[in-house]
Amino acid sequence: MKKLLMLTCLSFVFTGFAQDYFPTNKGVKTSPPNFEAITNATLHPSPGSTIEDGTLLLKEGRIVAIGKDVEIPKNAVIHNYEGKHIYASFIELHSTSGFKSPKSNRRGRSVQYHASRKGFYWNDHIRSDYRGLHDFSYDESSAKQLRNAGFGSINTHRPEGIHRGTSVLVALNDQSDASVRLLDQQAAQHLSFTKSSLSQQYYPGSIMGAMALLRQFFHDAQWYNKGAKTKDLAIEGYEQIKDLPAIFEAKNKLDVARAAKIGQEFNQNFLITASGKEYERIDVLKQHKAQLLVPVNFPKPYDVSDPVSTQKIALSDLRYWNQAPHNPATLAKNSIPFALTSHGLKNKSSFLSQVKKAVKAGLSEEQALAALTTVPAKMIRQSKTLGTLRPKAWANFIVTGGPLFEASTKIEENWVQGINHRIVQRPEVVIDGVYDLMIEGERFALTIKNSNNKPSLTVKKDSTKLKGKISYSSGWVSLQIQPEEDAGYAMLSGKVLASDQLAGNGTNANGKPVSWTAERQEQADDDKKTKKEKALPKKVAVTYPNNGFGFTQLPSAQNVIFKNATVWTNEAEGIMTNTDVWVENGRIKAVGKNLDAAGVATIDATGKHLTSGIIDEHSHIGASSINEGGQNSSAEVTIEDVINPDDINLYRNLSGGVTTLQILHGSANPIGGRSAVIKPRWGRNASELLFENADPFIKFALGENVKQSNWPSYNRFPQTRMGVEQVFVDYFLRAQEYQNAWKSYNQLNRKEKAKTPSPRYDIEMEVLAEILNGERFISCHSYVQSEINMLMKVAEQFNFRINTFTHILEGYKVADIMQKHGVGGSTFSDWWAYKFEVNDAIPYNGAIMHSEGVTVAFNSDDAEMSRRLNQEAAKAVKYGGVSEEDAWKFVTLNPAKLLHIDNEVGSIKAGKSADLVLWNDHPMSIYAVAEKTMIDGIFYYELDRATAQLEVIAEERNTLVQQMMNAKNGGAPTKKMPKKQAREFHCETLD
Amino acid sequence: MKRILYILSYFAAINTMVAQQTPAAQANQSLLITGATLHLGDGTMIENGQVGMANGKIVEVGPVGNPMQNYDQTLSAEGKHLYPGFIAANSTVGMVEIDAIRPTNDLNEIGTYLPNIRTIIAYNAESKVVESLRPNGILTAQIVPTRGRIAGSSSIVQLDAWNWEDAAVKTDEGIHLYWPRTYRRGNATKGEDPLVYDQKKYEKVVEELDDYLSQSKVYAASSTPKHLPYSALKGVFDGTQKVYLHAKEKRQIIDGITLLMKHNVQNIVLVGGDDAHLTIDLLKSNEIPVIVSRPHRLPNTEDEDVKMPFKLAKILMDAGLILTIDVSGRMERMNTRNLPFYAGTFAAYGVPKESAVRMITLDAAKILGIDDQLGSLEVGKDATLFISEGDALDMRTNQLTKAFIQGREISLETHQTKLWKRYMEKYSRE
Repeated sequence: MKKLLMLTCLSFVFTGFAQDYFPTNKGVKTSPPNFEAITNATLHPSPGSTIEDGTLLLKEGRIVAIGKDVEIPKNAVIHNYEGKHIYASFIELHSTSGFKSPKSNRRGRSVQYHASRKGFYWNDHIRSDYRGLHDFSYDESSAKQLRNAGFGSINTHRPEGIHRGTSVLVALNDQSDASVRLLDQQAAQHLSFTKSSLSQQYYPGSIMGAMALLRQFFHDAQWYNKGAKTKDLAIEGYEQIKDLPAIFEAKNKLDVARAAKIGQEFNQNFLITASGKEYERIDVLKQHKAQLLVPVNFPKPYDVSDPVSTQKIALSDLRYWNQAPHNPATLAKNSIPFALTSHGLKNKSSFLSQVKKAVKAGLSEEQALAALTTVPAKMIRQSKTLGTLRPKAWANFIVTGGPLFEASTKIEENWVQGINHRIVQRPEVVIDGVYDLMIEGERFALTIKNSNNKPSLTVKKDSTKLKGKISYSSGWVSLQIQPEEDAGYAMLSGKVLASDQLAGNGTNANGKPVSWTAERQEQADDDKKTKKEKALPKKVAVTYPNNGFGFTQLPSAQNVIFKNATVWTNEAEGIMTNTDVWVENGRIKAVGKNLDAAGVATIDATGKHLTSGIIDEHSHIGASSINEGGQNSSAEVTIEDVINPDDINLYRNLSGGVTTLQILHGSANPIGGRSAVIKPRWGRNASELLFENADPFIKFALGENVKQSNWPSYNRFPQTRMGVEQVFVDYFLRAQEYQNAWKSYNQLNRKEKAKTPSPRYDIEMEVLAEILNGERFISCHSYVQSEINMLMKVAEQFNFRINTFTHILEGYKVADIMQKHGVGGSTFSDWWAYKFEVNDAIPYNGAIMHSEGVTVAFNSDDAEMSRRLNQEAAKAVKYGGVSEEDAWKFVTLNPAKLLHIDNEVGSIKAGKSADLVLWNDHPMSIYAVAEKTMIDGIFYYELDRATAQLEVIAEERNTLVQQMMNAKNGGAPTKKMPKKQAREFHCETLD
Repeated sequence: MKRILYILSYFAAINTMVAQQTPAAQANQSLLITGATLHLGDGTMIENGQVGMANGKIVEVGPVGNPMQNYDQTLSAEGKHLYPGFIAANSTVGMVEIDAIRPTNDLNEIGTYLPNIRTIIAYNAESKVVESLRPNGILTAQIVPTRGRIAGSSSIVQLDAWNWEDAAVKTDEGIHLYWPRTYRRGNATKGEDPLVYDQKKYEKVVEELDDYLSQSKVYAASSTPKHLPYSALKGVFDGTQKVYLHAKEKRQIIDGITLLMKHNVQNIVLVGGDDAHLTIDLLKSNEIPVIVSRPHRLPNTEDEDVKMPFKLAKILMDAGLILTIDVSGRMERMNTRNLPFYAGTFAAYGVPKESAVRMITLDAAKILGIDDQLGSLEVGKDATLFISEGDALDMRTNQLTKAFIQGREISLETHQTKLWKRYMEKYSRE
């Protein structure tokens, strides 16, 4: 039966064709002489254009003519497609069909730091030399799934590596071989941020490492012919394909923007696979001129029937279900070019129904069709042959029973290269209805339903229901009916010639031959079949960021006077009582008594304390990755690449009065990555969080972490503090040599330059050279006195100074040496005993360093502690008796100094940035609560608003839960609860 | 420089009298402390009060006036504050010295049902972490086991001892039950969500636990042949031992209490209880006290009130529950010394200050079953108390000048103050 179905599905038209110069030994040589004409159909040659009663003329897999008055040649087979609609088949640009996932190459337990391929790039995850054609093997089963979803051609690739080499563009034509089906053997190059499973090389161990690697690779490719002395097959492979369309697989919303940013930097118009959440940060995509491949794998509603579990689902996850179908429409509205993709959709057969949801959510039908056909065709540079119905184009088209995006419309046929692949079995004659069946003079009432798909039968004699079965295929109907209980079955069959009169013969319940007739009494009831259009649930508003505490509308700067506060100026004026602070245009305008200005709003701060905002010198919140530990130096990576502005910890920090943070790279390696100094401007985009014009910093690290002492890793240099010193000396020497090489090269005149190999542009060396030149500053993770001393000596050897020692728990032992060197110390107030190197950490550390004249800060390195750094400052009073005024500077002015931003923030002074916190009590008191936190004159956090927001969250949760309940009751499949698990980063987090 | 000298002299004045870190000798002399603000521990205070102690016990408490007996010594503590020693519940100090160094870890036992495991014999009375608690006012601690479904028994120790035996205040006072997780980490490669509720697995584990309790209970009737784990649970069923139910989420708390009550367990204490505010009725009607999660933790979900960890104690206290503070969590041992500030933080978010003191004194003692001996300034109780320059719940003013354990004046020095002095000495030479 299965075989039969397969045959019928392919036998409708068979127009195999092959190269005519190939010899044949199977019979006489033929080539298909005839045309095929599809007539009387509603043709949609391209999005927005329609031809009623049109004719489509095909030959040898291509369209010959299309139009209303096409002249049909005599040798044309004519198919009457009255009532049918015809569209170009869809194009899938991001497929992996036909590629087997390779076996992972895992060997041993220790980490692999070097490339295993020889003669190729220094990183195994750059596979630009790979050519998809060599591995591709047409896969009928996945091809069928895609074809049934409406796709006629796919661009498919092997998803391995950061540069993945090339893809192939194939028509989903089961009947021909590669000579016909292969449309382009080198259609596109593919990239991603994800490592290949073909190599265990550890680098890049983070998203920022992947970004740095890509950048370096593009630089290396530009340089290769100008100065390379050895062969690099990956770069040479890239040379051949660099002008192909570049498709970039990004895994989440932030990575999409990151890919777009790199694309912009290197003038590559990446086509980026979207995350489905682009509506959350649409401006960023506009900024980077992103082009997208947008998925329609909209999430299922959660099973919300158990309130205990529902409570664990984040509002942002509930919203995602509600908002996701609006993603394509939002992109269209914002004129971001995109194609739709089935990528990420597990069940490809639901593709069209998902697209219909997007249409319901406001994507116009024309835009939807374009995103399925003409846009991807253009992206893959095949506009003339794919995506539209026009002469010379491939005859790739789908046939539907009605307009494509109507609820009940199904794709019935998908013609690829002129070959019809049937999807819905469409019998010639539909036999739905109520029939009078006569066998041997007995009358039965038959009701047949759904005859063009899975027919069903009910049989009655008078009013008694009887058992009966029906099957209907290839024009034959067969019926099995039990005329009375406990009797045998009558077996009947007949060829269907007309729908109102069925007839045939068979055997009765006793096995005797009989003949039968069935005359139709009633037509089938059509109304029942049209599904009731279900509207999408009402969309809830997107907030910035798109979670419970996000802003519906971003707040703006306030001109305001804080009246009658106790003001901790951190300036010569000290702590001023009954004082006013006037904020205008994001800056502090005046500090003084009785400030009054007509029309300026005031805030009564009587009995309250106003301070400058808290500055955390050492934080790891608000970032998608923290450590790039794949090499012992990772100066090429930067946290600025991986800022995550949606991290709820930014908001929690605001609630504790934090207004500036340095997001530091972790401590996995001696030379870490560059840091990002940010203000937690809740709701803004990643780039808007960066502290404007801040001096650049980089993280270094010493001790147990860089030696990898506390976990089994024994093969990365250095394993001792002795080795750590040599890493620094080595890298700085190389950076010096690097600078010199460029200097002498740049001094050459043009002629000489042409003859001389150019030095290689090396991001890592550029960064290290900045340090040597006093243009970038080091914040170094450090614990014990020996290593602290060592690093200062290394710096002195290279004529620069270490800016900050962070952690610096034994700083008190070398505070005098630190003071002489001119380095600051940013430490924990009272952490210790978590590893051997902090055995001598003492809470008096801050006080001792301070008394020796070192600029001291207290930092968090912890998402929880950072929202109560005011309490940590008070520990400098407790342990070591630092004055309250000085102790307060440990978390405000001093970290500002360490970050070179004390001209902008860190104290309350006219002209400085209005980064202020209003406390209900002495700011270092355990009883103090931050009531308002202002950055640039904008209230990003207010306690009373945060409290009121809890009600808003509860209400919206209820709205969404009710919507999901309705969806579930309406039959939608649901999924079990997830709990959002925010990752918390510390120095030791390994990515 | 002046500052350094000032600090040094201050230090010398208060701390040169007692031998550093060596446990103090038996108190032979009676002592009257006068003029201090007395925080009694029961939620009340006496301004300008006096406390008398003799033979290691408190012999009088009241406003300044004629002493009820003759004292060998009198100490004026005018303007200062006197508290009963703070009590750290659910702590693991003395069980791990340095987190990253496995040989120093005596907490991570293997196995699932370990009721016979006892913390007291591994408790390191000479731990540097333990001594660091005392200068902040923490003089008593509960030392708990943490591994396994039933992790073993905890004991209460005083923090000035030569060895675990003389540290012990009350041994094996309770059994610790860590309620099964409801959620497990999802497998991303299988396309699972980050956290998955595996109901079947959860129910299976609970069933197993149910069965284990039934087995232990019937075993208590015969007690032969010897079955160490079962026999270790005897006290749980006869009411002589408490059961500390460690549970955070609503489902865990309700399932846990229900199961224990099904087995007629008398003395249940909830530990953690992040969602305890969602189960108040159950806790209240069964008079189950809570060792509430410390405020220094992040909210459990993205949408939760960012202040929820700070507010929880107030909500539970308003409902009439008896509370103390759970010191466990990230970096719990070294942070145990911040217990007074955990209480202070709860006070910042609505708990009255004296009630916050009560949480870590009398209520802690009640919950741990040592209130006949410790937890408040009350005649007949141990003279375990300290004098602070100011409000001991606030870092700015938590400055201990004297501390007594069972009447013995203990050293307030530590490994850390030694290093402080050593390096201040270094710089003063320059």
